[in-house]
Amino acid sequence: MASWFRRSSGSVKTVARQLLSSRLGSGGALNQSFAIARSSPHPLPLSSRSSLVIWGMSRVAELGTIQRFESTEEEKHLEPPEEEDSDLDYHEEMDFPGGKVRFTSEMEFISGNSETRVPCFRVLDQYGRLLNNVDFEQVSEEAAVKIYANMVTLQMMDVILYEAQRQGRISFYLTSMGEEAINIASAAALSDDDVVLPQYREHGVLLWRGFTMQEFANQLMGNRFDYGKGRQMPIHYGSNKHNYVTISSPIATQLPQAVGIAYSLKMDKKNACAVTYIGDGGTSEGDFHAGLNFAAVTESPVLFICRNNGWAISTHISEQFRSDGVVVKGRAYGIPSIRVDGNDALAVYTAVKRAREIAIEKHTPILIEAMTYRVGHHSTSDDSTKYRPINEIEYWKTARNPVSKFRNWVESNGWWSDEAEAELRTRVRKQLLQAIQNAEKTEKPPLRELFADVYDVPPANLQDQEAELREAIKRHLEDYPSDVPV
Amino acid sequence: MASALRRLGSAAARRGLSTACEDTKKSLFQLPQAGGKSSNLCSAINQALHIALESDPRSYLFGEDVSFGGVFRCTTGLADRYGKSRVFNTPLCEQGIVGFGIGLAAMGNRAIAEIQFADYIFPAFDQIVNEASKFRYRSGNQFNCGGLTIRAPYGAVGHGGHYHSQSPEAFFCHVPGIKVVIPRSPRQAKGLLLSCIRDPNPVVFFEPKWLYRQAIEEVPEEDYMLPLSEAEVIREGSDITVVGWGAQLSIMEQACAGAEKEGISCELIDLKTLIPWDKETVEASVRKTGRLLISHEAPVTGGFGAEISASIVERCFLRLEAPVARICGLDTPFPLVFEPFYMPTKNKILDAIKATVNY
Repeated sequence: MASWFRRSSGSVKTVARQLLSSRLGSGGALNQSFAIARSSPHPLPLSSRSSLVIWGMSRVAELGTIQRFESTEEEKHLEPPEEEDSDLDYHEEMDFPGGKVRFTSEMEFISGNSETRVPCFRVLDQYGRLLNNVDFEQVSEEAAVKIYANMVTLQMMDVILYEAQRQGRISFYLTSMGEEAINIASAAALSDDDVVLPQYREHGVLLWRGFTMQEFANQLMGNRFDYGKGRQMPIHYGSNKHNYVTISSPIATQLPQAVGIAYSLKMDKKNACAVTYIGDGGTSEGDFHAGLNFAAVTESPVLFICRNNGWAISTHISEQFRSDGVVVKGRAYGIPSIRVDGNDALAVYTAVKRAREIAIEKHTPILIEAMTYRVGHHSTSDDSTKYRPINEIEYWKTARNPVSKFRNWVESNGWWSDEAEAELRTRVRKQLLQAIQNAEKTEKPPLRELFADVYDVPPANLQDQEAELREAIKRHLEDYPSDVPV
Repeated sequence: MASALRRLGSAAARRGLSTACEDTKKSLFQLPQAGGKSSNLCSAINQALHIALESDPRSYLFGEDVSFGGVFRCTTGLADRYGKSRVFNTPLCEQGIVGFGIGLAAMGNRAIAEIQFADYIFPAFDQIVNEASKFRYRSGNQFNCGGLTIRAPYGAVGHGGHYHSQSPEAFFCHVPGIKVVIPRSPRQAKGLLLSCIRDPNPVVFFEPKWLYRQAIEEVPEEDYMLPLSEAEVIREGSDITVVGWGAQLSIMEQACAGAEKEGISCELIDLKTLIPWDKETVEASVRKTGRLLISHEAPVTGGFGAEISASIVERCFLRLEAPVARICGLDTPFPLVFEPFYMPTKNKILDAIKATVNY
């Protein structure tokens, strides 16, 4: 065993102990070493004053890029100095390939959780009133109205399209009810060049980027204008021109992919980042770990936005993990992270905008945990009243509604009125119904699309299978849907 | 893990080299005429990677331990030459490696991902099966990850036991949207790997690790590619068609030579690309010989040999003069001490050739 593992002297130990205990009480050894090396790991405690502190990035300017524990030269330790000549460093730190680690003689386990939960950054109170002394990104009247109008549009889309599924006009639907602020405000804080890798409850981001009602309806109907050519279930949107990578159903698979995309953006020196969304349930997947760890190690500019909405279908958050939510997981990977009120559009906007700037400038991933609630059922195949109290749903639907909260703020600035609201709702409703009707009337993609795009060109086996299928169709036309041109 | 496999050399001595015969097909791709430097398969792979990185500044190479040259030394010198941002180590996480590669490829880069052993590819199975393979299809060709190539050493080495010996190709042959390619020799490896890297579809490229140092032949120094989805008749014959790929071909060649001494003329085919595979070349051969034997190291049940057998029976039923024979690995986990019993050996193949011809 190398000599630098030797025990430290009594006097030095005492100094170290005093230094540590003065900092953090029972915060745990890991926190203590951070406390010495940098600053307090905790942002300001909960108080009436609200402050944007990205966890682990409270001194972004000084920290530079993502923290790296540099290894030190170990050769110098090969010859142990005389006891009386020894310095503090020599006894108090272990040189490790991953950098120096301070020794302690206190046998203490790091607590699984801090005594206080990581507070949640907000800008508006529950009633949409601006908090005092709050540090937030200013939003112009035009931008605020656009954010609000998109939130309302998203809400209306969800109501009408959910109903359309119930009427049997589309086969499946999934709403983002209760999560309108995360959807729209995060999208508003991004640049159009940022590449988005959604999970599936983020169609508001696509809406913000200009995907039209007709484009949504075409995908839901799987008609010939659907960019996905009718191959995927409804809500699996994707649009190259909107930098919105096509959704796949498996959970969290998009996270490591987002890192590859972000790495490419960094290598190409683009002023853009990758942005990927995930739910609370998704953080239990291996790909969540893979994504965060790869992002940290490759120093890729990617925002991980977790919509912690309390439920993964019927699985309650307490059955998902025992950590203080998701925000604390960032630290384990060396990733700056922040918890925000996901139902406060201004807080989400502020956090995402700042995170984006840091990510691109400093080449670092950032984890954002947006606290919210899934007011709708998981999907049209789910009835969530079977596993959660109706009161809980009602509370989030009304008292903590992100759309009405933001409306209160917009109205308090004199930027919105009942007339504007009525006009918007009438217009959106009309557009949406028209889009559904048009999409319904449009024929399905032609049969050749069944075989296209498996590879860049169909190989021999697919050509053979297409020919065989066409023969079968000729013999049994009645077996096949009439709305698919053959 | 690495050190265990460095012992590979001596144990593999009895395994011969599968020589490259003349190409029987003309194509856009041209294998340069014989010549070039004598190289082993590991060095041929290294040459291909050099050329890939040199010829396209948007190409990247990454995986576990690739930076210092890899546990098999296939990536030696690449990080020094092309920089740590294009050739780099990744955390030990196969799903991360492939997922990262998909994202990189989706941005128009050539992402060359290394999985250290094919035995460890399964954590990435979801990324390959549900993501890479469907990336183009599910988006209606708005996005693709065609620049992705996943390299993984596969197969027996004489002492690899359960987890350094497997041939998992059949799992991937059930996945529309990816290609699966396995070379048999250094010349083949270089040309096929360059084709895979430049192919506009995601490819899983399994490298016969037993041959990394055992197989030596002259490898042209220039940049060349060999066509995918084209099988090659590497030995012409009239009595029986013998089909295989990768390291197994050298064993099959020995069996064919043994059969010849007994007056049986074997036609040996290297499939090279398993999906989408060249049915026509195999069919044409079986129409000539009337008999078929398939051999692979992977367990016989559900192996890719079953697919070849079924396809050829469909196409050549009336021409077949004997049941299709499959000489493959046993339906057990890959065993350490029992490896010589497990393997589809030369004499197992030779016996089956004789039995099939005399059926």
